[in-house]
Amino acid sequence: MIRSKSSYIKVFTDKTIRLVCFCLHIVIVFCLLTVTQPLFSQEGSADTNTGALTPKRVVSMNLCTDQLAMLLAGPGQLLSVSNLTLETEGSVMVEEAQKYKINYGLAEEVFLMKPDIILAGFYTTRSSIALLQRLGFRVEIFPLAHSFDDIRNNIKKMGNLLNRNERADELIRDFDNALANFKVDKTTPAPLAALYYANSYTSGSNTLANDIVTAAQFKNLSSHLNLKGFRRFPLELLIYNTPDLIVTSQKWSDAPALAQQSLQHPALVHLQKQSGLFPLADKYWICGTPFVTEAVRNLVSMREQLTKPRQP
Amino acid sequence: MRRHIDRFWWVVIGLTVTVVIFFFLSLLTGPAQISTVEALTALWTSENEAAQLVMLEIRLPRALLGVLVGASLGLAGAVLQGYLRNPLAEPGLLGISSTASLGAVIAIYTGLSAFFPPALPLLALLGAFVAVILVRLLAGANSHIMTLILAGIAVSSFANAMTALALNLSPNPFAALEIVFWLLGSLTDRSLSHVWLTLPFIITGWLLLSSLGRALDALSLGEDAASSLGISLTRVQFLAISGTALCVGAATAVCGVIGFIGLVVPHILRPLVGHKPSQLLLPSALGGASLLLAADVAVRVIAPEKDIKLGVLTALIGAPFFLWLVFKTRRQVL
Repeated sequence: MIRSKSSYIKVFTDKTIRLVCFCLHIVIVFCLLTVTQPLFSQEGSADTNTGALTPKRVVSMNLCTDQLAMLLAGPGQLLSVSNLTLETEGSVMVEEAQKYKINYGLAEEVFLMKPDIILAGFYTTRSSIALLQRLGFRVEIFPLAHSFDDIRNNIKKMGNLLNRNERADELIRDFDNALANFKVDKTTPAPLAALYYANSYTSGSNTLANDIVTAAQFKNLSSHLNLKGFRRFPLELLIYNTPDLIVTSQKWSDAPALAQQSLQHPALVHLQKQSGLFPLADKYWICGTPFVTEAVRNLVSMREQLTKPRQP
Repeated sequence: MRRHIDRFWWVVIGLTVTVVIFFFLSLLTGPAQISTVEALTALWTSENEAAQLVMLEIRLPRALLGVLVGASLGLAGAVLQGYLRNPLAEPGLLGISSTASLGAVIAIYTGLSAFFPPALPLLALLGAFVAVILVRLLAGANSHIMTLILAGIAVSSFANAMTALALNLSPNPFAALEIVFWLLGSLTDRSLSHVWLTLPFIITGWLLLSSLGRALDALSLGEDAASSLGISLTRVQFLAISGTALCVGAATAVCGVIGFIGLVVPHILRPLVGHKPSQLLLPSALGGASLLLAADVAVRVIAPEKDIKLGVLTALIGAPFFLWLVFKTRRQVL
């Protein structure tokens, strides 16, 4: 009885091991097939594309390149945009984005789309980008926009890549016209605006936010204090310098976090009795796109409200 | 005996002066260029409204919390070392701070503390309470030094993992980054409301812990000797556990985990005041307050705009000290 049981176990384990080996074998063969097959087809499609200047299968993996690409691409050129473009907090083009395939920034799904150009931002997952580059895809990384000039350059670069240079020139012209057409009363002295976001961060000189605030004829407190770039800004400095307007980012989530508690600090609440608090929608200035003119427009109307009561 | 008492009071006076000095240094340190005279007058008069706002709403709460939290950690460390008769006992190492931090995280990120502010210290206190009892149960009554530390490691790594999980599950994109605050602690931009929220708990905790002096002296002779001297062991246990939970829980709820103060301070002061546990309580509280205030001033002087967490600095002092202590006790025990 005992012997038969043990031999049964032995047979059983031998069988299981063989079965597992067989399954592994199949899995490995299957993996090899799926990995190599698209690689070959990729090489084929790359060959056909070298002659043509206009890319036909563009995949964008970054919120900012998504929006630039949607603004510039010709019909049928753009294949996929990232999932972030569907979120109303950060994206201006939610409706437009629904016309495209959505990717989640994973190398695997982008790989399967067989793109001829991949558009990525500076902060797009580096490991996915490195993997796609190693697989032989053409990845174009767009730098962060630190100024209006960077926006113009990124539009030009995108126009060039998509072979849509005329559309790019048109966009830049519209952008410059919009900026020139803001009617700001320059006779009143520029009010002092403080950029103050969750977690006590601010934008000093050499940032897009600084250009936006300055375009609306405000003085930016942070660059006034010689702070450079996106950096921490102690609450104390904000309170001590008593700005005319505090520009904050909008709330990203109703879920509580300490980051937003810095906006509820009693000292800041007290300061708001004198200074206005203006939550500026992130979607207009989180990316270097022509939509930053909307942010400028919002600030210009805020400036009018601020300076009106002082005029007799 | 007489000489010891004299020396005790000299130490207390010296430490009090240190606390006062660092308290004022803390008030005078900050990124806004407010002169000493301007800063001190702004505390009483409202000539310069901006300066007054900075002093009363930002710097004063920070300095006050430095005193409250530092003293709590120092006192709790001294009591735990006496009560557990273990030189390595400390709120941070025993996992009490970590579980308190977990309680605070649950209170804040579920939104509970937004509706009912006292939920923050209460849940932190509950977390601390659970940890003290758990460590006591895991390590047993007459525990070996290492058993106690191992129990503490188990409790704190579990609590830290749960804190990380709770923060990762929050839908708020900022929450996951805030794990640094909860694991390393900071006094940056706390407000007077935090002071009022924690003050009653901390004061009650101080009262409970400081009533333990005579019992701790008796306990240093062993539990049997102590009960033969008329000390009620259950009463001592209740006072030590709830006092520690109140102090450490409330402190951690507003400042995160600040490690090593409860370990380092009693050890530095023990040679100065003698080895009677009761003599160590008041000096440890004062020493804890000075050390935390000094660390908080240093954080602002070293890198004013970087917001270095306090736990980084206390670990820089505390970890080498702890290693030396482990080395020393190993030689004694083995």
